[in-house]
Amino acid sequence: MQNTKNTIEFNTETVDLVNKIIRRYPQGRQKSALLPILHIAQAENHGWLSSEMMDYVASLLNIQPIEVYEVASFYSMFNLQPVGNCVIEVCQTGPCWLNGSEEILAHFEKKLGIKKGETTEDGRFTLKTVECLAACGSAPVIQVGTEYHENMTVEKADGLLSRWTEENKCSHTNPYL
Amino acid sequence: MSLVKVTIDEIEVEVEAGTTILNAARKIGGNVVPPAMCYYSKLEGSGGKCRTCLVKVAQGSAKDPRPMPKLVPSCRTVVQNGMVVQNITSPEVMEARKAITEFLLINHPLDCPVCDQAGECSLQDLSYAHGLADTQTIEERRTFAPIDIGDKIKLHMNRCILCYRCVMVADQLTDQRVHGVLGRGDHCEISTYITKAVDNDFSGNMIDVCPVGALTDKTFRFKSRVWFTKPFDAHRDCPKCSGKVVLWMKGEEILRVTGRKDKYGELEVFICNDCRFEHKEDKDWEVEGPRKIERHSVIGQNHYEK
Amino acid sequence: MAEQILLKSLEVPGLAGFDIYRKLGGYASVEKALKNFTPDEVTAEVKKSGLRGRGGAGFPTGMKWGFIDKSTDYPRYFVCNFDESEPGTFKDRHIGQLNPHQLIEGMILGSYALGARTSYIYIRGELFYVLKIIEKAIAEAYSNGFLGENILGSGYSLDLYCHPGAGAYICGEETALIESLEGKRGNPRIKPPFPAIVGLYDCPTVVNNVETIAVLPWIINHGADAYAAIGIGNSKGTKLISACGHINKPGIYEIELGLPVEEFIYSEKYCGGIRNGNKLKAVVAGGSSVPILPADLILKTAKGEPRLMSYESLAEGDFETGTMLGSGGFIVMDETTCMVKNLLTFARFYHHESCGQCSPCREGTGWIEKILQRIENGQGTMKDIDLLVSISKHIEGNTICPLGDAAAWPVASAVRHFRQEFEDHVKLQRCPLSK
Repeated sequence: MQNTKNTIEFNTETVDLVNKIIRRYPQGRQKSALLPILHIAQAENHGWLSSEMMDYVASLLNIQPIEVYEVASFYSMFNLQPVGNCVIEVCQTGPCWLNGSEEILAHFEKKLGIKKGETTEDGRFTLKTVECLAACGSAPVIQVGTEYHENMTVEKADGLLSRWTEENKCSHTNPYL
Repeated sequence: MSLVKVTIDEIEVEVEAGTTILNAARKIGGNVVPPAMCYYSKLEGSGGKCRTCLVKVAQGSAKDPRPMPKLVPSCRTVVQNGMVVQNITSPEVMEARKAITEFLLINHPLDCPVCDQAGECSLQDLSYAHGLADTQTIEERRTFAPIDIGDKIKLHMNRCILCYRCVMVADQLTDQRVHGVLGRGDHCEISTYITKAVDNDFSGNMIDVCPVGALTDKTFRFKSRVWFTKPFDAHRDCPKCSGKVVLWMKGEEILRVTGRKDKYGELEVFICNDCRFEHKEDKDWEVEGPRKIERHSVIGQNHYEK
Repeated sequence: MAEQILLKSLEVPGLAGFDIYRKLGGYASVEKALKNFTPDEVTAEVKKSGLRGRGGAGFPTGMKWGFIDKSTDYPRYFVCNFDESEPGTFKDRHIGQLNPHQLIEGMILGSYALGARTSYIYIRGELFYVLKIIEKAIAEAYSNGFLGENILGSGYSLDLYCHPGAGAYICGEETALIESLEGKRGNPRIKPPFPAIVGLYDCPTVVNNVETIAVLPWIINHGADAYAAIGIGNSKGTKLISACGHINKPGIYEIELGLPVEEFIYSEKYCGGIRNGNKLKAVVAGGSSVPILPADLILKTAKGEPRLMSYESLAEGDFETGTMLGSGGFIVMDETTCMVKNLLTFARFYHHESCGQCSPCREGTGWIEKILQRIENGQGTMKDIDLLVSISKHIEGNTICPLGDAAAWPVASAVRHFRQEFEDHVKLQRCPLSK
């Protein structure tokens, strides 16, 4: 799955997947496939949706680019700015807060030397806060790519961080694969 | 077409089945007509968003007289035979309207003195009628930088109340919409996302449907307060539109061309950009006579003697 | 423990696979329904069971199905609302992850009853790993003849697909979900018309919660009467309660409706009491949207009767002294919890999740968050407390969809029951609970 500088177009395998998804919806309703395809597009584009990528998605679905921008900017899982290789999302809503999410966030901020919403200088990590991930029974919870990490503790955060650093973790993988 | 009877603020009116409460009230006219900031009869699917036209349905219909549990948007609620509606006679409605007005104003800049829409602004009218004398908010207002969308239209996002009318104009009048509502919640904004000109023959109508000073005519900016201009009905042979417009004149000079608006601020017909932006010479137009402005705005105070 | 309908076999290894599920009696309800029941008979059975929507509103499921317009040739759609994102609620993920075939079996029953030929499971985008588990299970159901053309030779055909969301709580509102499924922004539609008449692709549509759908096989297998025999009053059957916060045993419990709240919180079978032996301070009983209640009012009604886990008992006393069962997201707070800060996290949530379409919610949710932030920071005034109440009152009932109410109720109830704590923040110019 290599994106060169010159092209953002999907390879054949991904185009096949896209077409398979489009066929799940009635004829003429191919716009329905927009969210699933934006998920794929974001993963293929280093974790964010550039306007070129969104225009390409518009062409795949035969819709106007503005229809893609409107949708992409509505949903909080889509990043419209470049992000680090590994995006760490810390839930901060009520139940996670009751169980110490602020401590977890502060720990990540300290360890990474960045504030929430920022990316480390080496481009490895982006730290975000998110709202309820619906795993309140195992709060506090963080999400990285398609993985949930639950019952978070400071020690657990340390362990994850060193593992991710070591393996040069990338959280932008095609979620369907 | 079958007719139904509906009572609004104790006034009975007969309308065609399928009519909304708002349009039934417009048929009665006067002060029982709820204000509408987002509804626009000529734009399909408009309305329901701003909530300024909320009314109370005290009786659902003759058949089912139960009241509706919540206030309903009169612009999107269809009348039933025997429906009883309260607008200005309901203290609950008036309180809600006051609150909605406040919601619309907490992030709206108080820049009427430098806004081109002043004098013909629906939000100004609304706050005059329903606003508080004082503000209850001390929070910082959200701000956006003004931008040009094309060479003729200025967008002041700070003033936008997200009525979606301009988006519907682009959807319903033009081939290709390039602007829309981006973002979510109170971060929503009207935008083209990447700097793009909104450029097609009918885009200028976005200015006319905008209830506030979010979209203004760059060719008219800061030329004059609208109440110092004199409106005249005029027409020309136009290959693209009806050519029926209003000329806003100062002395002999045509400062601005707009479509003709009815007493609810709605265009009678949409006009093309050619008429709106490119014909500002006396010789371009056949003047019909002074335009009567029915709304109770400052423009209505105008006089026509030289 | 009460009858286990939804959690019964969850510990069985490999339950997510077709063979194990089938061995345990899975898909029997589909065989039974397609062979013995007409679609309307399935609907009648669900009506008779007294099952109510488990997503939060508690609307009778059979009645909702009854509204669907079967008079036209338009296709009809059955959609599963798997956009679980109400803070405090995490039950649906559990079903999807551990017992996807139960959900699929329910989808087939609902689709058959409504006459849908294509159905969708709309699952929140964050749960992609669950989506993949369900898609695998769907593939198995196809290859075993329970999905696709001519299911079990009955002549009934059904296609079932998963559709991911992408981070928007509002898409749990059924018309926003439909918009999102059509590839649009999750702006709720203005109702009427309701989805049963004009829904997905402008066709008649029913949207039901995961838990509601997952219980259908049991109802068809055991009969409506057996289901209606469980529970109390108009709260029939069992309910999944997601318990979280300051309790010893957070998790998902299937309770028979009517269980005393006190037993639920303190018994070892359920939450196991408050952590560290602390005192109970407050409970949000049905997901963040419902009114918060102080310890005395969650354990007993204002009349002094024991409060039960049921739609009626939790609502006893209306919003003055009662609350709602909602989605069953049971958030417990001990004596160390700041009520202002807790409310602030909810307010921030609703501000973040407001779609921005209608003015009271768009403008009001942000305003509330800002005021609460000031009070929590010790910069609030007594007037701010009243202003919070007034803003919430002006949002409530005046918005396009229930998110406005959901944002307003927690505010009104927190100030109603914990006003002193708000005033202490103002007087001390700091949080009285912070060290």
